[in-house]
Amino acid sequence: MSDFAPVLLANIDKQESHTLKVYEAGGGYRTLRRVLREMSPAEVVQTIRRSNLRGRGGAGFPTGLKWSFLPQDHPGPFYMCVNADESEPGTFCNRIQMEKDPHQVLEGVILSCYATRVRTAYIYLRYEYHLAFRRLQQAIDEAYAAGYLGKNILGQNISLDIYIHRGAGAYICGEETGLIESLEGKRAWPRIKPPFPAVEGLFRKPTVVNNVETLACVLHILDRGVEWFQSIGTPRDPGDPRDPGSYGPKLFCLSGHINRPGVYEAPLGIPCGELLERYGGGVWQGRKVKAVAPGGISTGVLSAEELDTPMDFSGPVRRGCLGLGTGGVIVLDETYPIVEFLYNSCRFFAHESCGQCTPCREGTQFALQTVERIRRGEGRLADLDMLLAIGDNIGITPGTTICGLADGAAWAIKTAVRKFRDELEDHIRRTNPKGYHRSAPPGTITLNLAGWQLDSGPVGGRDGQKVHAA
Amino acid sequence: MGIAIVDGIEVKFDDAEKLNGIELARRAGVEIPHYCWHPGLSVVGSCRMCLVEFGTRDPHTGQISIWPKLTPACNTPIRDGMVLVTQSEKVQQARAMVQEDLLLRHPIDCPICDKAGECLLQDFHFRYGQRERRAPWRAFSSRRRDVGPNITLFVDRCIMCSRCVRFCREISGTAELMIVHRGTHEEIDVLPGFPLNNKLSGNVVDLCPVGALGDKDFLYKQRVWFLKRHPSVCTQCAVGCSIWVEENQDRIWRIKPRENPHVNRWWICNDGRYSYPYVHHPERIVGARRREESGWVPVNWTHLSSEINSFVRSAGSLVGVLSPFLTVEEAYLLAKWIRSIDPRAPLVLGPVPVAGEDERFPGGFVIAAERCPNRRGVEEVVAHFCGRVTPFGELPEVARSHRAKVVWVSGGYPRPWDEAELLAPLGELACDWIVQDMFFAHVYERAKYVIGGAAFAERAGSYVNWNDRLQSVPRAIRPPRGVRPELVLFWELLGREGAPDPNPVRVELAQATAYFAAAIAPVPETGIDLKVNLLAPAGNSLDRSVV
Repeated sequence: MSDFAPVLLANIDKQESHTLKVYEAGGGYRTLRRVLREMSPAEVVQTIRRSNLRGRGGAGFPTGLKWSFLPQDHPGPFYMCVNADESEPGTFCNRIQMEKDPHQVLEGVILSCYATRVRTAYIYLRYEYHLAFRRLQQAIDEAYAAGYLGKNILGQNISLDIYIHRGAGAYICGEETGLIESLEGKRAWPRIKPPFPAVEGLFRKPTVVNNVETLACVLHILDRGVEWFQSIGTPRDPGDPRDPGSYGPKLFCLSGHINRPGVYEAPLGIPCGELLERYGGGVWQGRKVKAVAPGGISTGVLSAEELDTPMDFSGPVRRGCLGLGTGGVIVLDETYPIVEFLYNSCRFFAHESCGQCTPCREGTQFALQTVERIRRGEGRLADLDMLLAIGDNIGITPGTTICGLADGAAWAIKTAVRKFRDELEDHIRRTNPKGYHRSAPPGTITLNLAGWQLDSGPVGGRDGQKVHAA
Repeated sequence: MGIAIVDGIEVKFDDAEKLNGIELARRAGVEIPHYCWHPGLSVVGSCRMCLVEFGTRDPHTGQISIWPKLTPACNTPIRDGMVLVTQSEKVQQARAMVQEDLLLRHPIDCPICDKAGECLLQDFHFRYGQRERRAPWRAFSSRRRDVGPNITLFVDRCIMCSRCVRFCREISGTAELMIVHRGTHEEIDVLPGFPLNNKLSGNVVDLCPVGALGDKDFLYKQRVWFLKRHPSVCTQCAVGCSIWVEENQDRIWRIKPRENPHVNRWWICNDGRYSYPYVHHPERIVGARRREESGWVPVNWTHLSSEINSFVRSAGSLVGVLSPFLTVEEAYLLAKWIRSIDPRAPLVLGPVPVAGEDERFPGGFVIAAERCPNRRGVEEVVAHFCGRVTPFGELPEVARSHRAKVVWVSGGYPRPWDEAELLAPLGELACDWIVQDMFFAHVYERAKYVIGGAAFAERAGSYVNWNDRLQSVPRAIRPPRGVRPELVLFWELLGREGAPDPNPVRVELAQATAYFAAAIAPVPETGIDLKVNLLAPAGNSLDRSVV
């Protein structure tokens, strides 16, 4: 593992790495030429299926399998949506790819479109990525001029158009059906599945939705072969026939209390602690780790004792997390209060919940208000059990809500409360020793006048002011 | 055909019915609570109240395996061998949590909410909610927002089921309502300058499962538990929508659509919904009066029928004008009475009001231009007696050629006749005439008798809509003092025994005429299609039926 050389990030340190000239000088688009000449689309799909490539966007669904769901006898058109709406907190690997090496992304997109017989692809780009937008657009223009895009790509009877669509900064647009709705010009409310996008997606046509990093991996699998790809990562669990394994390189975004934050490429299955020490240079200011969010906050947290967790698709699951997620590793040092982490994640999910399903819309807000109370010093010990109950409600099993946002919100709450219960209890005991809280006790009437919360109970209202309800 | 199991009860269904879990459970007598799902709208599956456990039964071994996750019943098509578990602890827990979630920010201002008593949030809370409220804060704000000329929105009561939004997009096709903001800040709103102002807008109030959308016409007027509802038929146009008339002590407070898959499905238009005030109009004709040299003389109801009978018999020759607002039974009795006095008396169809053109909506709803409920029915009654239908314009000519001494004019029009073209034929009459109507028109000054008529909700009887569907409805309210419904008067004029009842009259008519043959049986709530049974008794050959 020590001789691992970066593949996805191989080009980013070159001067002008985003230009076609530099990309082609490093061997760019040679795979495209070869594949268009030598392989049929079905062979490409078969290769990706054999490689067991799993989606890098968060859920880890096998990419080849997803492609094979496309109906064979459909008259078309088929669409591809490239999910570049990277909004999971602590995740910025697609950004580096699109800013530093946009042609690598494009080549992956073109190859994937060739495999899935797509003639129109949309890159759904997060609005805040201004540089990525300019560089991608420039790369697309260059690719059109060089004949890699447009009609009759490289003289063959294949055509492809790529459009960039910039989102408006909503987290939910990263959910594949929310992305499709948004692309159609509607409110980004995720659709109920089935039908899955592969059957009925964008404009009610079969649609492939893949993450930027996944498509870049497609390029390298076709370039270097399945054997190379499967030589990296965690092999499949022989005891579990449904485990597709975790193969290939993965981009990890290190952030938080760490010496060298940034995007690093490492093989899947690298232990979390090694990732932090070798790539991130350890926790800052010589402190110790308190908690690590392995893949963005929606996967939950690992405690300091769990740093030996292998960072592959099943490792964090065994430690109670939702999964590998996006690979956005957030490190919290020992001085950071976990209640702040809880508050931040609850606030994020309450803000980003699209508001369609009741448990998510109300549950995230319920959790936020409870955590806010604890943070203010008005918590009670029973609140922790209530938080767990809320977490179970909004993500008890998949199926309570339409999309996975609620699960992410629930997992952050559940793992933080379960793994750091002692600290939270200490915080509550310290800040609120009598178990007393200022909000209105049951039985009092609260008036909301012009947006100000005024309590009429015996305890008094905001700022200690006593207000009587009429 | 397939068989599915709901809580241990086997239910048979047809695959072509395309049932979902909620509809299937309903057949087994099991309620699956839901907010966002409505049979007339698209499925969004967002309220998550209908989550139940699904499973499948192996056709060979009979082994039942339950799926690990809760599944929304509204969005799951039922196939053969499916199993639904709706009462397990897991399901009940999920329901209780959804209820708790919905009540977190709900103002719970039921004492001042119009919906209280018919509110799904209330009902489901008592049935599926939990007793304790774990959230220590109490939201209380009930912001009111004006979204249209007849609809008001209580923003904080909303539970975001999005039924109203989908209705405006799919049924009325006007898309005024929308959802703004995100998460808990979501609200229903309209764009500035584009209020909710379409002809079907009243339906969003019926659709709203909570008290968020209020009908300004009904707001703060009555508590719903004081209302009694009666099935009826809207008489505002030829479509003949099925409605509920909701009254309290003979005063109509509102009109609601009654589900009828053959006519109006779940909707009615605002014209019908807000038409009822004329029923209680202070200027309605009350009592009966006779014109003398000295002026109007009131006639006591007890003497009225005998006085009219002797007046008409002495005159000898008669013409009848049968209004399209009469029920089938009333038209039949009137025609029968007229023919019993003058066996060759011509019958004329009353004026048929028409306004503009038919309005069609994307969801399939139609408002007919023909503004009367029973033209088809009265036409067929007239045709049964006369062989042909004489339009109202030919009345003076018919009266002259028949040398009529008396013309009987029946009305029932919801507004006074002031259109010149309608009045012209009456004005040309040179004989005496007897009028029964609700509102006084100037031309009635020249009538011999003016008798107060009943409004639609005060009549019992049958109407035939423009698609030949006959609907039979009971009386909803008693008429005001001094008014007797037409049926009662005609019953007395004919000297029939017993209490006036439309049902034997309808059966008599069905036996007498081919067109009404299907109406011989008791009429179901959704009515019967007279076209279907027309062929055989009429002796028509099959090739004429291809219409």
